[in-house]
Amino acid sequence: MENVLQQQQPEKIKPPVTHIGLVGWAKANLFNGWFNSVLTVVTLLLLYKTVPPLIRWAFINAVWKSAGTGCREATGACWSVISANYRFIFFGFYPYDQQWRPLVAMLLLFGLLFYSRNRHHWNKYLGYGWIAGLFVMGFLMKGGFLGLTSVESTKWGGLPLTLLLSVFGLTAAYPLGVLLALGRQSEMRGIKVLCIVYIELIRGVPLISLLFMGSIIFPLFLPEGVTINKILRAQIAIILFTAAYIAEVVRGGLQGVPRGQYEAAESLGLNIYLTMRLIVLPQALKIVIPPTVSILISAFKDTSLVVIIALFDLLKTTQTVLSNPKWLGFSREAYIFIALLYFLGCFSMANYSRKLEKELATDN
Amino acid sequence: MDENRVQEAQSEASDEAMIEIVDMHKWFGEFHVLQGINLTVHKKERIVICGPSGSGKSTLIRCINRLEEHQRGRIIVDGIELLNNLKNIEKVRMEVGMVFQHFNLFPHLTIIDNLALGPIWVRKVPKKEAEETAMYYLDKVHIAEQAHKFPGQLSGGQQQRVAIARSLCMSPKVMLFDEPTSALDPEMIKEVLDVMIELAVEGMTMIVVTHEMGFAKSVAHRVLFMDFGQIVESNTPGDFFDHPQHERTKLFLSQILN
Repeated sequence: MENVLQQQQPEKIKPPVTHIGLVGWAKANLFNGWFNSVLTVVTLLLLYKTVPPLIRWAFINAVWKSAGTGCREATGACWSVISANYRFIFFGFYPYDQQWRPLVAMLLLFGLLFYSRNRHHWNKYLGYGWIAGLFVMGFLMKGGFLGLTSVESTKWGGLPLTLLLSVFGLTAAYPLGVLLALGRQSEMRGIKVLCIVYIELIRGVPLISLLFMGSIIFPLFLPEGVTINKILRAQIAIILFTAAYIAEVVRGGLQGVPRGQYEAAESLGLNIYLTMRLIVLPQALKIVIPPTVSILISAFKDTSLVVIIALFDLLKTTQTVLSNPKWLGFSREAYIFIALLYFLGCFSMANYSRKLEKELATDN
Repeated sequence: MDENRVQEAQSEASDEAMIEIVDMHKWFGEFHVLQGINLTVHKKERIVICGPSGSGKSTLIRCINRLEEHQRGRIIVDGIELLNNLKNIEKVRMEVGMVFQHFNLFPHLTIIDNLALGPIWVRKVPKKEAEETAMYYLDKVHIAEQAHKFPGQLSGGQQQRVAIARSLCMSPKVMLFDEPTSALDPEMIKEVLDVMIELAVEGMTMIVVTHEMGFAKSVAHRVLFMDFGQIVESNTPGDFFDHPQHERTKLFLSQILN
């Protein structure tokens, strides 16, 4: 019997050349049908017209280092607007000779973020590490003792400010959003109504108006002499705003967890808190990774709106450089540079979410 | 295969009551699902409940561990009355294991974590001990080699056996089965029933909602027939299948046995 089966095994035949490799791929994707063939040809033509000049402008004819006057004659990009001003773009009005402090703080932040990428590193020691890291970063930025001169937060700006607003905005907004989502599902009427009112109110208002309220209206209600740091007010506005959106996304995830999961957990004797923590939330949050990351990415970019309350984030410091007559007219280069930085931030978030999704996949 | 062993165990049911249900009513909105249920289940007794769909048999066993709330009458499980008291309810749920039609394993946890979760968090058993217990029961349902897979990687029959093992890990005094084989492909039904028969041999108190009449005949002490929210007939398997008393029982049996 076995022999018969073996004999009947057909010999392996390779698929025709036109179906595999580059030729096969091009045939299947670029030239399948006359319409796609035309599209391919037109696209190739467009690329031929645009890409070489772009490369010539950005690299070959570009001026990398000059005091500004050299740029006027150049036919290519003037990257010297960046190289001559990068310290102001990155650190704003932070005292020039103290700028190593925000630099170290940022490196520390990147280090922590990078280390936290790996889920196996998530334990309570990493939690302590973050708390200690936060204190060190705050101390580096603010100074005031151990021989570091004090730097008022009004002088903070540039990349550290953008990172501060986004990293802490997002990490605080996420748990708050989850709590709001749970509250909205709660059987306790008071909590439920409160959460719905909060979510709908915040979602019904643009972030800009929240920032304005935080910076202009809110201080009016404070007793005389009490002031709350402007950065903190912006930070809170961002957290409150983002949390409302995250709450709605997480609610979708909660609804995606089948009833049977609650029942199985309950029948084991788990109380509602453990059921949520061990069974429902891990599944719900996993389902909503893609939309959550979308929200985080857009919140990261929205931090640039703090310019309207006169905080000097990365975008505003760049614009300040551009308003210097010496660098007038080089906005293209500066904005491309800023766009690249933002892209790096957004792309790494997107990348990480893909990695996380793959790691957490448990079926098949 | 196990029929002899099961019959040996047949006489084991004791007089002590495990579950007492007295004049219990339940409504879904206006719909009167359970209309005055009276039932006493003795220790080590095995009961099979059958009946047409919508007759309230699933709802009845879901009331026993409070997945559904009854609105009139009393339910007493192992001396604890089910009232609107969270502590009581959790105590009862610890004593009552439940196996669902759709398994309801936790898809984000490995098999062994599925099993160890209850003991660790509810019974406060140390992790290592809970995992040893988990392995013991996985071995019992003949699936120990799958311990580190995720539920989604197992067949339906395997998942249901894991679900049974998960309940056993809590060392329950009663096991409730809510149509445990209805969602399975035919070739997997036997492996699940075999595990249930082994449980029966060991003297577990069981209430099984099922349409597997062969199982009912060989394993049950009593077969209940439910229709329109009432227990219409309750009898030993022999009498139930050979001399059904009520017209509705006869009709139902003629429909499912042919």
